[in-house]
Amino acid sequence: MKNNRRNFIKFAGLAAASLCIAPKAMASSGHAAPVKKHADGLNAKHWAMVVDTRKLNSEEAIAPLAAACHAIHNVSEIDTKQNIKWLWASPYEECFPEQQNPYMDDSVKERMFPMLCNHCEQPPCVRVCPTKATYQRPDGIVAMDYHRCIGCRYCMAACPYGSRSFNYSEPRKYLDLTKLNTEFPTRMRGVVEKCNFCVERLSVGKLPACVEASNGALTFGDLTDPESDVRKVLRENYTIRRKPSAGTEPSVYYII
Amino acid sequence: MLERALKGSPRYYAWIGFLMLVIAAGAGAWIYQLMEGLTITGMSRDVSWGFYIAQFTYLVGVAASGVMIVLPYYFHHYKPNKHMVIFGEFMAIGACVMCMLFIAVDVGQPQRMFNVMLHPTPNSILFWDMTVLIGYLTLNLLCGWVCLEHDRMRLPHPKWIKPFIIISIVWAFSIHTVTAFLYQGLPGRHYWLTAILAARFLASAFCSGPAILLLVLKVTEKVTSFQMPRNAVRTLTKIIAYAMVVNMFFLALEIFTAFYSNIPGHKHSIVYLFAGVHGHHELVPFMWTFVVMAVVSLTLLIPPRFRDNQKLLPWALAILVVATWIDKGLGLLIGGMNPTPFETITPYWPTGLELLISAMVYAIGALIVTVLFKIATSVKQDLEQSQALPCGCSTEDHCDCSSEEEAPAADEAPAQEAEAAA
Ligand code: SF4
Ligand code: SF4
Repeated sequence: MKNNRRNFIKFAGLAAASLCIAPKAMASSGHAAPVKKHADGLNAKHWAMVVDTRKLNSEEAIAPLAAACHAIHNVSEIDTKQNIKWLWASPYEECFPEQQNPYMDDSVKERMFPMLCNHCEQPPCVRVCPTKATYQRPDGIVAMDYHRCIGCRYCMAACPYGSRSFNYSEPRKYLDLTKLNTEFPTRMRGVVEKCNFCVERLSVGKLPACVEASNGALTFGDLTDPESDVRKVLRENYTIRRKPSAGTEPSVYYII
Repeated sequence: MLERALKGSPRYYAWIGFLMLVIAAGAGAWIYQLMEGLTITGMSRDVSWGFYIAQFTYLVGVAASGVMIVLPYYFHHYKPNKHMVIFGEFMAIGACVMCMLFIAVDVGQPQRMFNVMLHPTPNSILFWDMTVLIGYLTLNLLCGWVCLEHDRMRLPHPKWIKPFIIISIVWAFSIHTVTAFLYQGLPGRHYWLTAILAARFLASAFCSGPAILLLVLKVTEKVTSFQMPRNAVRTLTKIIAYAMVVNMFFLALEIFTAFYSNIPGHKHSIVYLFAGVHGHHELVPFMWTFVVMAVVSLTLLIPPRFRDNQKLLPWALAILVVATWIDKGLGLLIGGMNPTPFETITPYWPTGLELLISAMVYAIGALIVTVLFKIATSVKQDLEQSQALPCGCSTEDHCDCSSEEEAPAADEAPAQEAEAAA
């Protein structure tokens, strides 16, 4: 009898508690919300990019790619050291500081190399972020939630490739508001940003903007699929990655 | 107990007023920063951490160092520290608050700071850093306040506080270790990527922190009737000297590793700091000043003849504080950040506004420490603990000099009494 009563009270209490929690839990769980995927969105197990630096080797060749990327993502151009860059050109010794030798072929030494976020498989920027504002998607892309970011810039200190930029001031101040891409947000002041492998384009079936602008010098595809374009170029060419010693396993490969 | 902070001499009020002015000026600059963003600082795309985070790092050491008084008393029953313990704890409170403020002024979206707690991310050291700092602050507030409150009521310290004190001692080591982990786990930042960083942090904390505390207490002795027991001072000075030796030894280890192995990444930052690279020599004069001052401070602290000379001591300590500040509050961060991931150098210097905001944080810390020390000394005065005797000893000392040195002490005594009365 006593036992029964205790059980009943327990049950009632639990029921009351779950009634209080349940609606909230349902409302807040993002997983329950049905996500309508675009019919011809591109999917991969692990996205990767191969850069053919034999074709893409000068400031002039890289500039249109950077311009396409920056225009489509409303990246502000700031004339100071507080600049924002998603894709940019650098000489060999900045791109591969640990892989130089003094007697390198001049044609390689004098090339410019496109640099961007490597979407590392083991990204230190994700590891250090205290708010999960920087996170890794199942398809390997290292993405950012700008609304979550507190602007601690820990990820900038952690990235061994200098791939991240911080909005020191209001980014819209430096944008031509008549030329904004209204399909993509601008950022707010005080958050970090970087290349996102054009996730917003992949989801509607388009390739990244730089890949599209590169006339075949950039190859983009699924690293896990042996039949994919990237695997094909990787098979046929000798490639290197930036700073292998950092152990981050970059997903951007460079054909030298 | 707080009301005790309200009664003071005109000099006390002048000091509080001065701090308030600095705080007001800094607050103005901070409001400007909130309106404009961190663009008003000297930081850049390459140098994304600057003066604020450097000061945070230095002050975590100061917060941790209070333990060098608390630990001997509770773990080794070292009696002379008994009446000093409270000052170590109160100093830690001030330093913790400053640390948190330095983080708060450094983040780009301060209103989102709570995201760190709302979305706990155990893989981020920053999450742990915040946790240990808040924990340490709470522990010190609790232990300091409860003990002082019981002192004031002339009651023995309650038994239940002891475990918290023991935890706070262990915790002190953790706060500085975690802060070191914040740096030392980053690939691509060669100057920080070293297993000895946490040990270096602790060594430098345990010399610079107690040195600052001793200096502050020396000032406290001047303006109140409080007097440190001589043995406690001697022991603390020894700890400072040893910690500084260890600190310099660790630096030598780093230099050996870098240069004997001849690995470019390891050498790069050290060469940049002490010799300059790619035409950038910004830090060279500072780093050599650090070395010279470190040597001078050690010369003044190691031989007992100099170390026990109370006239010389404040100088030795001040030199040591400046040296360690250059090393850790300037060199550590700039040395790790300015050499960019592209192996180029991007110079960084704090702007005037950045310095003003930092001054605000320091002034807030000074204000907290002043008020807390005022309360503590006034309670000690009521209880007649650690009070200055005419000969300059403390009531806690086994003083036998009063009979012999009547004459010289006599003219100091009225002055001290006058100050105590004020
Ligand atoms: S390149 Fe840098 S920002 Fe990009 S994923 Fe790797 S560590 Fe993160
Ligand atoms: S700046 Fe933003 S994205 Fe980077 S670590 Fe901090 S919260 Fe994460």
